[in-house]
Amino acid sequence: MADLRAEVAGVKLRNPTLLASGFLDETGGSMLRVFNAGAGGVVTKSVGPEPREGNLNPTVVELPVGLLNAVGLPNPGIADYEAEAKVAVSGGAAVIGSVYGRDAQEYAAVAKRMASYDVLAVELNLSCPHAKGLGTEIAQDPEAVEEITRAVKKVVHVPVWSKLSPNVADIASFADAAKRGGADAVTAINTVKSMAISADLKMPVLKNGYGGLSGPAIKPVGLRCVYEIFEAVDIPIVGVGGIETGADAIEYLMAGARAVQIGTALLRRGLDVFPRACAEMSTWMDANGYAKVGDLVGAAHGK
Amino acid sequence: MASRATQVVPLEDVVVECHDAKTYRFSADGEPRPGQFLMLWIPRRDEVPMAYSYLRNPMGITVREYGDATRALAAEAKKGYRVGVRGPYGNAFAIEGTRALAVAGGVGIASVIAAVEAFAEANIPIETAFGARTKDELMLLDRLKVAGAVHLATDDGTAGHHGFVTDVAAKLLAGGTFDMVLTCGPEVMMKKVVDAANGRGVPVQASLERYMKCGIGICDACVLDDRLVCADGPIFWGEALAESKDFGHWRRNICGQRVKA
Ligand SMILES: Cc1cc2nc3c(=O)[nH]c(=O)nc-3n(C[C@H](O)[C@H](O)[C@H](O)COP(=O)(O)OP(=O)(O)OC[C@H]3O[C@@H](n4cnc5c(N)ncnc54)[C@H](O)[C@@H]3O)c2cc1C
Ligand SMILES: Cc1cc2nc3c(=O)[nH]c(=O)nc-3n(C[C@H](O)[C@H](O)[C@H](O)COP(=O)(O)O)c2cc1C
Ligand code: FES
Repeated sequence: MADLRAEVAGVKLRNPTLLASGFLDETGGSMLRVFNAGAGGVVTKSVGPEPREGNLNPTVVELPVGLLNAVGLPNPGIADYEAEAKVAVSGGAAVIGSVYGRDAQEYAAVAKRMASYDVLAVELNLSCPHAKGLGTEIAQDPEAVEEITRAVKKVVHVPVWSKLSPNVADIASFADAAKRGGADAVTAINTVKSMAISADLKMPVLKNGYGGLSGPAIKPVGLRCVYEIFEAVDIPIVGVGGIETGADAIEYLMAGARAVQIGTALLRRGLDVFPRACAEMSTWMDANGYAKVGDLVGAAHGK
Repeated sequence: MASRATQVVPLEDVVVECHDAKTYRFSADGEPRPGQFLMLWIPRRDEVPMAYSYLRNPMGITVREYGDATRALAAEAKKGYRVGVRGPYGNAFAIEGTRALAVAGGVGIASVIAAVEAFAEANIPIETAFGARTKDELMLLDRLKVAGAVHLATDDGTAGHHGFVTDVAAKLLAGGTFDMVLTCGPEVMMKKVVDAANGRGVPVQASLERYMKCGIGICDACVLDDRLVCADGPIFWGEALAESKDFGHWRRNICGQRVKA
């Protein structure tokens, strides 16, 4: 039996499949449910300094190739989130706390508070494509990524993962910026900026107009991004984007990820996506002579 | 948690049910079961959850003019007006037992009407206790009466029992012959119905409402304890509700903060 334990910059995980930020993670009860279903850990909803309503509906569009969303970072705010984190952490879940802010100071303040909730690491959402005034500009500016990461590193004692946007020309340069800022790892990718239009109504379907694409359609984009970062920057990578099966996860590991996150696949496979992806990985690893997750990391390079 | 695309459909009929509710009929793909819901996109306004009050094409929803979006719909929607629908979502009422009682309050009737008919079709005798503020709001009565006996209540005494429908339901339950209860309406009402049925050991199914964004079980907006009203519900059994800390007490606001119901 293959050993599925994974490690990302000192964070030890029972398996490499984490719940991606934004899925069933606004509340402690749901996070615990996902962890108990078999996820290696859960990343919280991105939480900001104040409660936030997010965008008006329609905020999601189901497409044959994936999911388009513009939920716009709704969250209860870092103060109320303490109770949610507590439910998950005290229930035994491995929790990574995702945060956002308007500027480096806000990121640092929220991250510091999040770290105090006993999360294993803090993930910085530097990449939301559809929340006005948040994330979008930061995602386009390597200096902002570096500055925010540095400000957070100064005030938190747990590892910091900087989550990057694919909506840039050269994602590796952003991973490099995060590294310069002191990031312990990078997470790639967030959603791909996209749109759906109703021909009948002659208008975009999302109230927000634009949104972020996730699911199977973006797996090739995510793989490419992880591969590029692995080639260019020496930093642990967490891969995310369109992962549904053990085979998908293995491809991400071979591209260079040490762990993966899964979100949209919940739609097709439900909470079983975690144990099933793990079982599929294990079967494939046994059949192909891989004993440990670490042996797969970056295996697709240098050929 | 299946995947369903948004369908833009023209309204084929708009029926005024009472002073503040209308039924909208349209044809769409999908085979909803009693108690399931759709996400209704009212263009330029909002997208909100609605139960199917008619299951077969032309399908229908019965909408109370509650706030901005539903009022705008009522004002603008005529035959030919186009809305977006995606669904069916959520679970359905279990059509089982040997004698059933439906307890509905206000527009909650829209969620149970198809189930009441399904019980009758399955040859399970069904009676309905239906309460509203005033006589005019007692809608869909013709369909209810075809399915079985109907017991009415109004807050102002203009029809049926003068008072709460829960009093009517309690009396019917005390008769001791019902072995299945279904309910939809204001949560305080459902709480009483669920407690009464649980107290008598009668299985009860309640159709719950929570604020919904995605409707498909990913965003965590509609959470009740650690269950999702959109995907695990909207229909929950009395046993589960008896253990719930949220039911009748707490809900999540649009930011996800836990607030008093
Ligand atoms: C599963 C389910 C089935 C429903 N079935 C019916 C039905 O058959 N007929 C009917 O008239 N109503 C039904 N509702 C309630 C209906 O969704 C709300 O009345 C409607 O959303 C009000 O929208 P509004 O913009 O007019 O009101 P607003 O002014 O936006 O808000 C008024 C109140 O409506 C509710 N609401 C608004 N948006 C949402 C949302 N996205 N999700 C949930 N609640 C919301 C909230 O309680 C809010 O406080 C159902 C709700 C759920 C969850
Ligand atoms: C509805 C929804 C909400 C999301 N919210 C967040 C968020 O709050 N923070 C964040 O960093 N990423 C968020 N994401 C992006 C996901 O974490 C993930 O990067 C993306 O969906 C790709 O993975 P997937 O294809 O497995 O879903 C969200 C995605 C969706 C679909
Ligand atoms: S409305 Fe999104 S999970 Fe239920």
